[in-house]
Amino acid sequence: MKCQECQQRPATLHFTRVINGNKTEVHVCEVCAKEKGYMTYPEDGYSLHNLLSGLFSFDSTKVGSHQDHTFQQVHELQCPKCEMTFSEFKRIGKFGCAACYETFAQRLDPIFRRVHSGNTKHFGKIPKRKGGDLHKKKQLEDYKTELQDLIESEAFEEAAQVRDKIRALENHQGDSEAGDN
Amino acid sequence: MTLQHFMNEAISPWMREEGPDGDIVLSSRIRLARNFSEVSYPILADLDKLEGIRDFFKEQYDHQSFEDYEDFAFIPISDLTAVEKRVLVEKHLISPHLAKHAQAAATLISKNEQVSVMINEEDHIRIQLYFPGFQLNKALKKAFEFDDWLEEKINYAFDGTRGYLTSCPTNVGTGMRASVMMHLPALSMTKQINRMIPAINQLGLVVRGIYGEGSEAMGSIFQISNQITLGKSEEDIIDDLESVVRQLIGHERKARNHLMEQSGTKLEDRIYRSYGVLEYSRIIESKEAASCLSNVRLGIDLGLIKNVSRNILNELMVLTQPGFLQQYAKKTLTANERDVLRASLIRERLQLEK
Repeated sequence: MKCQECQQRPATLHFTRVINGNKTEVHVCEVCAKEKGYMTYPEDGYSLHNLLSGLFSFDSTKVGSHQDHTFQQVHELQCPKCEMTFSEFKRIGKFGCAACYETFAQRLDPIFRRVHSGNTKHFGKIPKRKGGDLHKKKQLEDYKTELQDLIESEAFEEAAQVRDKIRALENHQGDSEAGDN
Repeated sequence: MTLQHFMNEAISPWMREEGPDGDIVLSSRIRLARNFSEVSYPILADLDKLEGIRDFFKEQYDHQSFEDYEDFAFIPISDLTAVEKRVLVEKHLISPHLAKHAQAAATLISKNEQVSVMINEEDHIRIQLYFPGFQLNKALKKAFEFDDWLEEKINYAFDGTRGYLTSCPTNVGTGMRASVMMHLPALSMTKQINRMIPAINQLGLVVRGIYGEGSEAMGSIFQISNQITLGKSEEDIIDDLESVVRQLIGHERKARNHLMEQSGTKLEDRIYRSYGVLEYSRIIESKEAASCLSNVRLGIDLGLIKNVSRNILNELMVLTQPGFLQQYAKKTLTANERDVLRASLIRERLQLEK
């Protein structure tokens, strides 16, 4: 792909801009990006990422050789398992493996929010076998929300019952852990 | 189960049963996307890893049964001819993507064709489960049970925060796409559907015409499905979908009554003309066939045409698709040859009803 500004050099920087819900894609070379001011375009997550990038081992090798190219570091966020880069992920719109979710974690919320009407967290099924403790955790959370609601509506008798359920579940959790050991 | 079994019949065994609201909702489907936690997704994984997954399914599940879903047949896509692939796509047992592009692809189909698993599609595992009529909750319950059964032997890619991890961000979370296939002839004739689709889209649901390309719905058959998979439980997603489908059923029934009252003779004329075309034509294109079949089915639902089974729409819609026609003819056919064979198959099928 050629740079859309100069039409000569290959486009090495790819941006997606969302202004009032209108999505535009920008493909430019580094020279034009600097000239046209794309490089200073403030985008969520960049500053935080730049601060942190030095701390991540997978980025540290690259930081040394590209000290002056702050933007390059961002685009070279790469999954250690399948080697998918973040820019590649954005281009094809598909993850390479389950570990990508971990690798790109910092930058996924805006994407999920856009695709899933503002949601970023899973509220559905938990795998029966693999889920293990997650099931209890979710059950506890559900009971606690219920308890809160009941207290607010001053249904104390029911609240007491739910509280007992929570206790039973918490004790049971302790038992099973002890049993495992 | 052998492949031949799936090839011979246009209509899947489960479709023969009449489901709730079966006059309008043809089928309910739940699709779950799942992945092995340790293997990269099919777009990036090495071929030998994907072959490993394929072979795992063959070893573990070929000829196995789970509850009502008996005698699973394991079928590697590479074993199929072009026509056989097309037939499985036309029966909605596999996706066009699996048939055409996937590497080390395979499918696992139960004898009654109610459950099919696509292996190495966009995700490692895509479970599909169908029920006749409007039965989303039942389908979800069964899909969950089947999912649990698979999970006994498979470590799914799952994360406490993000849920089931899928290749495409649009499937993450529940990995579930719930859909219903609806026959909406009265809403189509009165063009009301065109106003409803944008409103339905606003609710996070997608309406698509199935069969036929783009937005045009052949045979007034529409598929309604959820768009969002993250942040809502499967049950809530289905509740939302269900309430919209309920409303559509109500509107369709109202529109049918209205048409009968306001322009009964015109409607009757249209239905009987279509019946005539199907019964007597010698050459018929798929588009015309779909529209006539839709009208005849409406005639059956309204009690105008008697002694013809309702299934005729589902069955002939599939039977008259290009892949099935060629499977029937046992050879490749030109478009013209297909139109001739289509007409003759429809005539024969209607004769059977008498």
